[in-house]
Amino acid sequence: MSLAQSARHDAGGARDGMPSAGKPALWVFMGVVTVLFAQFLHAYIVRMGYADWQRLPTLPTVWLNTALLLLSSAALQWAQVAGRHGRRAGMRGGLFLGGVLALAFLAGQLWLWRQLTALDYVIASGPASSFFYLLSGLHGIHLIGGLVAWGMTIRRVGHNDVTADGLLAVELCARYWHFLLALWLVLLGLLFIVPPATILAICSSA
Amino acid sequence: MALAIVLMALVAAAVLFHFLSPWWLTPLASNWGQIDTTLMITLAITGAFFIAINLFIAYCLIRFRQRDGHRAAHDPENKKLEGWLTGLTAVGIIAMLAPGLFVYAAYIDPPADSLVFEAVGQQWQWRFRFPGRDGRLGVTDSRFVSAENPLGLAPNDPRGQDDVLILNSEVHLPVGKPIKVLLRSQDVLHDFYVPPFRARMNLVPGMVTHFWFTPTRTGRFEILCAQLCGVGHFNMRGYVVVEEPAAFQAWLGRQSTFAHGATRTPVAATGAALPAQGKLLAQSRGCVACHSDDGSARVGPSWKGLYGKTETLADGSTVQVDPAYIAESIRTPNAKIVHGYPAIMPPFSLSDPELAALIAYMKTLSDKTVAQAGTP
Amino acid sequence: MAYSSAEQHHEPHSFWTRYVWSQDHKVIAVQYTITAIAVGMVALVLSNLMRLQLGFPGRFAFIDANHYYQYVTLHGMIMVVYLLTALFLGGFGNYLIPLMVGARDMVFPLLNMLSYWVYLLAVLVLMASFFVPGGPTGAGWTLYPPQSILPGTPGSDWGIILMLVSLLIFIVAATMGGLNYVITVLQARTRGMTLMRMPLTVWGIFVATIMALLAFPSLFVSGVMLLFDKVLGTSFFMPAIVSMGQALSYKGGSPILFQHLFWFFGHPEVYIVALPAFGIVSDLISTHSRKKIFGYHMMVWAIVMIGALSFVVWAHHMFVSGMNPYFGFFFATTTLIIAVPTAIKVYNWVLTLWHSDIHLSVPMLFAIGFISTFLIGGLTGLFLGNVSVDIPLSNTYFVVAHFHMVMGVSPILVIFGGLYHWFPKVTGRLMNETLGKLHFWVTFLGTYAIYFPMHYLGILGMPRRYYAYDNYAFIPASAQQLNAFITVAALIVGVTQLVFLYNLVHSTFRGRPAGSNPWRATTLEWQTPETPPGHGNWGAEQPEVHRWAYDYSVPGMAQDFVPQNSAVAGGGDDHDQTVVKAAPRRGRKKT
Ligand code: HEM
Ligand SMILES: [Cu+2]
Ligand SMILES: [Cu+2]
Repeated sequence: MSLAQSARHDAGGARDGMPSAGKPALWVFMGVVTVLFAQFLHAYIVRMGYADWQRLPTLPTVWLNTALLLLSSAALQWAQVAGRHGRRAGMRGGLFLGGVLALAFLAGQLWLWRQLTALDYVIASGPASSFFYLLSGLHGIHLIGGLVAWGMTIRRVGHNDVTADGLLAVELCARYWHFLLALWLVLLGLLFIVPPATILAICSSA
Repeated sequence: MALAIVLMALVAAAVLFHFLSPWWLTPLASNWGQIDTTLMITLAITGAFFIAINLFIAYCLIRFRQRDGHRAAHDPENKKLEGWLTGLTAVGIIAMLAPGLFVYAAYIDPPADSLVFEAVGQQWQWRFRFPGRDGRLGVTDSRFVSAENPLGLAPNDPRGQDDVLILNSEVHLPVGKPIKVLLRSQDVLHDFYVPPFRARMNLVPGMVTHFWFTPTRTGRFEILCAQLCGVGHFNMRGYVVVEEPAAFQAWLGRQSTFAHGATRTPVAATGAALPAQGKLLAQSRGCVACHSDDGSARVGPSWKGLYGKTETLADGSTVQVDPAYIAESIRTPNAKIVHGYPAIMPPFSLSDPELAALIAYMKTLSDKTVAQAGTP
Repeated sequence: MAYSSAEQHHEPHSFWTRYVWSQDHKVIAVQYTITAIAVGMVALVLSNLMRLQLGFPGRFAFIDANHYYQYVTLHGMIMVVYLLTALFLGGFGNYLIPLMVGARDMVFPLLNMLSYWVYLLAVLVLMASFFVPGGPTGAGWTLYPPQSILPGTPGSDWGIILMLVSLLIFIVAATMGGLNYVITVLQARTRGMTLMRMPLTVWGIFVATIMALLAFPSLFVSGVMLLFDKVLGTSFFMPAIVSMGQALSYKGGSPILFQHLFWFFGHPEVYIVALPAFGIVSDLISTHSRKKIFGYHMMVWAIVMIGALSFVVWAHHMFVSGMNPYFGFFFATTTLIIAVPTAIKVYNWVLTLWHSDIHLSVPMLFAIGFISTFLIGGLTGLFLGNVSVDIPLSNTYFVVAHFHMVMGVSPILVIFGGLYHWFPKVTGRLMNETLGKLHFWVTFLGTYAIYFPMHYLGILGMPRRYYAYDNYAFIPASAQQLNAFITVAALIVGVTQLVFLYNLVHSTFRGRPAGSNPWRATTLEWQTPETPPGHGNWGAEQPEVHRWAYDYSVPGMAQDFVPQNSAVAGGGDDHDQTVVKAAPRRGRKKT
């Protein structure tokens, strides 16, 4: 992650044996993103209660993309484990594959947008479709941010001597990917799977 | 030292100001005396804290100001004092909150026998509707809104046919009867605020909000919009006339219903002089929200001295204000925009007699004339 | 990770890397401060223009209704977000956190630098809205839809878009900065600096930053969705509408949803600027009255409590919005509960003065001024939080007076106090005291003159956000005279800020040399080997902390303060715990 990288250059934390600041920073960042999406979903659920709600069809592409993101996350997990056990090649392979799969996921999402547009579900055609484009777009932007960090990590662990910082960067990438996967699964559930009536019932009883 | 004296002087000035101020609550004209009482309780409690703490600071500033050879005490913590202060604060808070919530419970619970009427807001005017003999208001929807049906009543809802529509900004209410006000907006947020009534509520497009009060005093009161609603916000006026029930019934009886063409302004029928009719029209159609008759600045150009004048348009060209130009400006306002004004006037579809009345009215506001009058 | 030697830390040499693309938290702090003060001046001028119209209606022809609403909006938004938030977190937070916790810099200096430049971008985008067709938005700083994106409002084409975009950019900047501040406090404290030894300034900024990280997402959400409604025609917040005689294509959206999202940010925002002010003022009072802050633990607890509670009070801004009326009970109650920790803070400030040794330096004057104005603002908040009292007062000048006292003037007074206090550390020079006092007296008395009477106009029922009050029968003519008086006071206060600016610039170059610790303060930032502190702050060795931040007037010590990094025995260190235990006994003996 870029965070970990700038931490290394810097004089920052001075206490000996202090854990790198990258780890807590990523946690805090994921906390902020969680709050962000929680607010969107809050708005989503409130808006769902209005009469004009009409949900989107669940195209097969949705499942394909979910599988891609799942695999991407798994590949990064693999890279992280391999790195921890000193298997450099495995680590690099997993890292590379994970990023490529993430790119494939993004491409898949764009394709899904085009399919839905072709079916006349455009951004202004109804609140459900507005929310779909908004949320999936924002999720994608977060993934793109992750890919930037991924690119820097690739450069970092590309040489022969992989430092502890490099390993940490791989670990943080993997963690962020798992987070984005979890986020996508929540979005998937609320956008496509759980029926609106159920969501509203749960939320009004709470 | 100076600061201590100033703080004491500020407290004294504040207290004096409070008792001498000519600016205070408007005389109450509704049942919500309890709101005033809660306000007074809150004022007394907070006022006591304000005075006590400021004086305490002033005392410390004098007593513990820097002196040579003097050192601050190294006081131990004093949990007990903190406990007492917290307790005292809590008591003060409860003394304010309890009556407050009590009054609020009444505020959100309109009596079942309330008289219902509806206030409709639109940039920047008020209109009203009473249920007809059936005691029920007809359905409305923004789809039905048009110049002929400005409140958007469903044309074939039987309950709406006898609804009484008040298409100008003055509404009458009977004194001494609980009133439930239903609030509806056609465009943006507004707020129905009559200071002497104390009670108020926002108008929210897409939903109907409400509040209630009982007028306790007859008189004519101003309705203000108290939720920013665009450039004309400060001029979105209306009036409530509170009168004896008999007078109110008589007034209500004179208004027309939806079915009986309340919307077509009976210009010719009133028989008043043409300029007077025009003035009425300007008020009822809400022109006055944006156009003054005394030269004062509002959202749109003032009508004073307008007729016969040469206006500069946004594109730099000029045009003489004659009947043709006036008609165009009302029916298709964005065709020519006067320099320096925003293009926000909505198109009004007025009949020719109505237009003639308005132009007659404008003529009385100007000493100029038009050489060869174009036809409206 | 550990900082081993000074050489490893490359000191930037060229002008550009040192003052412009600097990653040094002290330079970034100054950049933030200057930028915030500059936009703040714009907001100040706007407020004086509004006052001209209100005091002398129609006399200044160029202030028409459109312009008035644009001024109101930009004034409010700049003051709250681009001045106060940026100055407290980006300015004071950046400068003080590393120095006060004994760190060499922020944990992520690159990110810190980016945060400033992104903030600057947000400011520029906002300023650009003055120059686009239609001008800046006039929707009020709350930007409530539908009005904010419809043609009846000035700047509803470009102005509102730039405003929203600028806010979104600002949020990105605030998040970058916020991550840095939080992690620096958590990870980069020097040896011995436990959380409960941190000065209250750091506590205030720390908790405010966490709140910012939790609250800004809500503004982001409402901003993005409003932008979509405006640009892409979605209907998140827009119901079916007939605007200016034209039916629009929106349908089904909820304007009240926007208000919930906005105030879920908006209320905590009040505390995002208040908590740093609380912290700073605590340290100013303690230092300049040479006495430990009364009830340190209670103060920390109150900051945390206020921070937490402020997330469950937002709908007190919506008592008459048309939301579910039963919410009123809940939000009135939580709002009044928050008054308890807030009151405790006020008590502890004034109790700190008891038996102290008050030096009425310029920072102390501002600190006392703050207590007085914050007191009024806090107390009038009890009117507005108590739902039934709010009903007649909502959206009147009472509200304007209230929030200016509580979150306008009060934090500004603390900012001034803080600038006078820390200026000697930043520049090595003292600010001119005579000019400082002049600045204080005019600003403080002016504030009372402007806002105290305004409460009464509100009680009378004069609505806020009114361009003019022509021919309203319930408003007596005297109200107009009062308004003229208020305007004159506001103009005087406005002009006096030039004295402050002059003092700031003049003292930077000509001020009296200050030495390293002119206020004889205990906290670490005053113990740096060089003043102004060099790159890396601490020379070869980072300081080690042995005590809390409030060892003033410890009995038996030669001096009336013991720096935090002093290893001498004695004092209230570790902390007041021991003192607390001993307290009841000693307390009883005395009385
Ligand atoms: C000399 C100092 C100041 C003066 C004379 C002043 C004056 C005003 C005036 C006249 C209004 C418009 C009231 C209305 O029409 O409803 C206003 C609104 C406002 N002011 Fe100030 N102000 C000052 C400082 C501040 C500061 C320091 C803040 C920081 C929080 C602030 C925040 C606001 C806000 C949030 C609004 C509301 C804007 C809106 O209604 O959208 N002001 N101020
Ligand atoms: Cu209005
Ligand atoms: Cu609030």
